[in-house]
Amino acid sequence: MADKSHNKKIILDAGKLGYSFRRRIHERFIESFLFLSAALSIVIMLAIIMMLLKESIIFFQHVSIWDFLTDTQWTPLFADAHYGILPLVSGTVVSSLIALLVALPMGTIIAIYLSEFAPFTIREMAKPFLELLGGVPTVVYGYFALLFVTPLLQKIFPELPGFNLLSAGLVMGIMIIPYVSSMTEDAMRAVPMNLREGSYAMGATRFQTAIRVVMPAAFSGIAAAYILGISRAVGETMVVAIAAGMQPNLTWNPMEPAATITAYIVQVSLGDLPHGSIGYQTIFAAGLTLLIITLVFNIIGHVLRKKFREIY
Amino acid sequence: MKSVNNLDEIRKIINLHKKWDLIFLITGIVALMIAVLTFMALFLHMLIEGLPRLSLDFFTSFPSRRPESAGILSAWVGTTLVMLVTAVAAVPLGIGSGVYLEEYAPKNMLTEIIEINVTNLAGVPSIIYGLLALGLFVYQLGFGQSILAAGLALALLILPVVIVATREAIRSIPVSIREGAYALGATKWQTVSDHLLPYSSAGILTGIIIGLARAIGETAPIITIGALTFIAFLPPSPIKNDFPYLSFEWLTAPFTVMPIQMFNWVSRPEEAFQLNAAAAGLVLVAMTLAMNGLAIYLRYRMRKNIKW
Repeated sequence: MADKSHNKKIILDAGKLGYSFRRRIHERFIESFLFLSAALSIVIMLAIIMMLLKESIIFFQHVSIWDFLTDTQWTPLFADAHYGILPLVSGTVVSSLIALLVALPMGTIIAIYLSEFAPFTIREMAKPFLELLGGVPTVVYGYFALLFVTPLLQKIFPELPGFNLLSAGLVMGIMIIPYVSSMTEDAMRAVPMNLREGSYAMGATRFQTAIRVVMPAAFSGIAAAYILGISRAVGETMVVAIAAGMQPNLTWNPMEPAATITAYIVQVSLGDLPHGSIGYQTIFAAGLTLLIITLVFNIIGHVLRKKFREIY
Repeated sequence: MKSVNNLDEIRKIINLHKKWDLIFLITGIVALMIAVLTFMALFLHMLIEGLPRLSLDFFTSFPSRRPESAGILSAWVGTTLVMLVTAVAAVPLGIGSGVYLEEYAPKNMLTEIIEINVTNLAGVPSIIYGLLALGLFVYQLGFGQSILAAGLALALLILPVVIVATREAIRSIPVSIREGAYALGATKWQTVSDHLLPYSSAGILTGIIIGLARAIGETAPIITIGALTFIAFLPPSPIKNDFPYLSFEWLTAPFTVMPIQMFNWVSRPEEAFQLNAAAAGLVLVAMTLAMNGLAIYLRYRMRKNIKW
């Protein structure tokens, strides 16, 4: 008891009270800066939504939502203007589907191989390689699609036009493989060893263990990887803008040129549209559609992760 | 499952499963090989096309109507300046936000919303950030189609990358370090700034480099803010001869960047320009590979050296 009061006296004598007060202010100040920078992410999200809504609301005063969703032509810059988002959506769906048909099976097989079959050295070499490929700019893949893959495909299908969804989709798929396989592999490696050991002890082969034990246990991570792949494909811009042409075209045929939502935004931005014109507002309406599509996928991913998360 | 009694039948089943094992092993190797070879073919094609165009002149010339004398001077200068703005904006905000979420944030609704929101932001397509920058920076705040607007747009884009890297780096520091600091009477911020940040600096740096490497290659948001593609001049120099010596005029200057220059050349029909595109692509790939390689190397060093 005596000791405590002695201590207190020393602190008071040294005039530390002011110091501790200053220190508390200092701490508070830093904490509020840190809080503000964390809260900025919410501000950014709100700003994105508000900005897209603000211009889209003006757009939808000119064009009814019904027309926007059902009209089969998208010609906002022509004299005979039509504002149907369907041609852009069809382009986006076709190119994304091709990309996913390439990326998901390839990515999954590579991930299973790396996680369950490959010897240590191959895995250690392949992981950084995949990460490096994930960092290559998308405009470079656009170059590949237009000037390497399309001429190659034209040798197989001579009637293939110079701009087409097929080559854009294929290259986009190749581009997404590293993301899918890297994330899927991480998810599978996170499955604890004793599950595998249990499976081997029961006499299962490596393939059976991988498919029936490891993959179900890693389901939430694998689902997250797939969802990331899908939203990458849907939001990918440069590959389709360069290689698929920028003509809106309501088609399900990958051999035709078509525009995606993102390619349309690029096309308008390259031109010289005055601020506040209806053409300027169309890119925000297109952007809003894109944001809604990707948010839906993000939410599905979030729900899947929450629902199927296994805790060991 | 059917019941098996006969030993021969069991052997048969085992052999069948072993065969499947082998088939998948081969499939896996083939898939990996196909992927590796495809990437090799793509990059080799670009190397063969672009390498003859790479010379000192290519780096010191402005873009031109004549493909043989065109270069990437204004593009790489523009990229450097835009990256400067991006780093200055994204690094303090990203680290601050990561530190807050990891060390300060109370467990409540708001924190959870911020966390979910950071994941969502990472999933927003880059072109949407371009639209935000177009509406907000270019028109509402009046920055125009400038280096400042582009740099800020890319900073918002890579913010989630920096935040996630900071959080992971800080999370890997054991609690005992914090307890030790608090036991010696350190405040929260003293603990963070004297211990947690220095120990996690390699991890944070890795995240920053990966984020900037991504920003260097981003084309869509910069096209969306309406950056000009034909720029045959440099922005005003940031260093002056007379008094304040530093000038920020370049922030509001029109500009072009490497990926835009490449996009511009790719979309021309003349083959000579496409060779230029291949050369610009090589420079761009070399830049991003070097940065990502550095990040991977740093992470490898870190994993090897730090033993708590």
